[in-house]
Amino acid sequence: MFDELFTITTLIGILHSCVRLATPYLLASLGETFGQRSGVLNLGVDGIMLMGAFFAFYVVFEGHNLWVGVLAAIAVGILMGLLKAFVSVTMQSLQGISGIGLYLFGLGLSSLLFKTLIGSVEGVSGFRQLPIPLLADIPGIGHILFNHNILVYLAYLMVPVSWFVINRTTLGLKIRAVGHNPEAADTLGVSVNGVRYTTMMIGGALAAVAGASLSIGLQNVFQENMTNGLGFIAVALVYFGSWRTAGVLGGSLLFSLVNALQLWVQALAIPVPSEIAVMMPYIMTIVVLAFTARQIQKPAALARSYERGE
Amino acid sequence: MNTRLYLAKLIDVLLPVLAMLIALVVGVLLLLLLGTDPFEAYSALIRGALGNVSGITQTLTKATPLLLVGLGICIAFRGGVINIGGEGQIVVGALAATAFGVGFSSLPALILLPMTLVSGAVAGLIWGGIPGLLKARLGVNEILTTVMMNQIALRLMNFLLRGPMLDPEHVAAGTSIPQSAALPESIWLPRLVPRTLFHSGAILAVLLALAVYFLLWRTTIGYRIRAVGLNPNASKYAGIPVSKYVTLSLALSGMLCGLAGAVEVLGVHHRMLEGLSGGYGFSGIVAALFGKLHPLGAIPASALFGALLVGADKMQRAVQVPSALAIALQGLVVLFVVSSDLYVRRRSRRRVGDDGSDEPLVAEGETREESVVEPEESKEE
Repeated sequence: MFDELFTITTLIGILHSCVRLATPYLLASLGETFGQRSGVLNLGVDGIMLMGAFFAFYVVFEGHNLWVGVLAAIAVGILMGLLKAFVSVTMQSLQGISGIGLYLFGLGLSSLLFKTLIGSVEGVSGFRQLPIPLLADIPGIGHILFNHNILVYLAYLMVPVSWFVINRTTLGLKIRAVGHNPEAADTLGVSVNGVRYTTMMIGGALAAVAGASLSIGLQNVFQENMTNGLGFIAVALVYFGSWRTAGVLGGSLLFSLVNALQLWVQALAIPVPSEIAVMMPYIMTIVVLAFTARQIQKPAALARSYERGE
Repeated sequence: MNTRLYLAKLIDVLLPVLAMLIALVVGVLLLLLLGTDPFEAYSALIRGALGNVSGITQTLTKATPLLLVGLGICIAFRGGVINIGGEGQIVVGALAATAFGVGFSSLPALILLPMTLVSGAVAGLIWGGIPGLLKARLGVNEILTTVMMNQIALRLMNFLLRGPMLDPEHVAAGTSIPQSAALPESIWLPRLVPRTLFHSGAILAVLLALAVYFLLWRTTIGYRIRAVGLNPNASKYAGIPVSKYVTLSLALSGMLCGLAGAVEVLGVHHRMLEGLSGGYGFSGIVAALFGKLHPLGAIPASALFGALLVGADKMQRAVQVPSALAIALQGLVVLFVVSSDLYVRRRSRRRVGDDGSDEPLVAEGETREESVVEPEESKEE
């Protein structure tokens, strides 16, 4: 019964889905990486994703350009990021709990808006497949890597871009300094709060685009709570990837691979209890965290609010 | 000076109420933006939740799991750990209770009922204890593990309700609603008001609130849980086995959430079905925060949020304002409550010592998050 799963066509199909489905994980967890490297844990990613998903969908549903939808998501994401920054940075609240507040707010508000403004489950035509000329024609690999919609490419592009910003720019240096030793950074004239506001806005924007990648890129519908906890996984992926962009990429691909396998197992009607299979990435994440929790150097000031001494 | 102290305490208690009021005002603005009449919506909400016997009993029925979860959250917070795994713990508690109740349905009710409750509590205890142990022994962030455990529990439920625990009658009838067989009627929790869903689990929850209060403030175990929550390093030097109490607070927290699941099964649904956890794992956090992380404060807080949830459903039916409004309001309440802690923290710092109140970790920031379990330190003990 597994023979079907191991034909070349199916394997290519699975890998193609895996590359594609990694998009929201990747965007959201890269955004979260910025925040955590600056010392702010944003547990509200899922709420921001839902808001981004809704606004992108709504704008497109009303007949506007897909890119206007993406811009709307970015704007909403930045606003949600600012809200989180205000509560966590300015009001110095407990970061884990304020994240739950942000999540509930985003979850509730996106459902409220959806039911009031749209009402029923509708579809839109989202971003189309955009095969990259020449590269997409390579047998196998071409379909797996170079036959996706533009948001998928953008998500992968964000991996080196995020790496570069965090490790090779002045802003990145400030982010790492603020996340590692806010007192010292402050002494050197870096605005701790300013940097943390910035990373919250970057993280919010990326999380919202992650949501948009679902509603106008991968699924092309909006449903209440359509992320189904994906944003929480994104937060864990940052730990899983030990705060490095390459690690985050690896973790995203792991989760999307299992999602892809589940899709294909269902599509081919192979009698495997897929509920058991989908538990595996979560269990694996716990195991990886358990083994690495002590070896890996996390941002020293993670989840610590900063207040200037008198 | 005493008046100042009382005033400060009064403000502490009033801050959550103020947060609620601000959230409601934001709700008014939202409703105005959406072109609905906020007055109509809110009055439908209040009438729905408190306007008649049916509303009130539904409110109290919803408040029951909220209170149990909220109590669990109180213990975790007081112990310096954050339990976001309420949803998963409710689910495994409900699954275990159902499996036991259905599996041993031939036992006399006098034995079966307590055993069913206990099996739910034990399942929750294990589900919360695993993150606790991982945190205490290996320093794994409990926020992440509890989130993962939620997902695992949901997957486990989907699997069990579609396979091993699927109601045989449904299988025979060829329908495939993913739900379990019903529990024997003899162990259903007695109704407190006939012809409503309001059941005696509410009494159990209130008794447990008193018990948790007693545990935290009148026993050595509770004293140590709170000490570890306030300052793990000082506790370590005082000879308290910190990692043991970290595990204990998460396990107890999970136990109460698991019990909430069992009580929902025994009191309301009489079987396991999807969506049973109903977001209580998160709403319980909101209720606990609103009750200032005090077990007795959680009683009125859970009634309030029970009313909000019931009222929102009624509002949706009466005036077509989506009940999701209640979730958004809860989120705002959390954001405002945690923000207002800045004020509490500043004040208690100004007058260290003369207040004497032991603000829980909300007032402390998360400094302790990592310090609870530094690798070498805990090993050397």
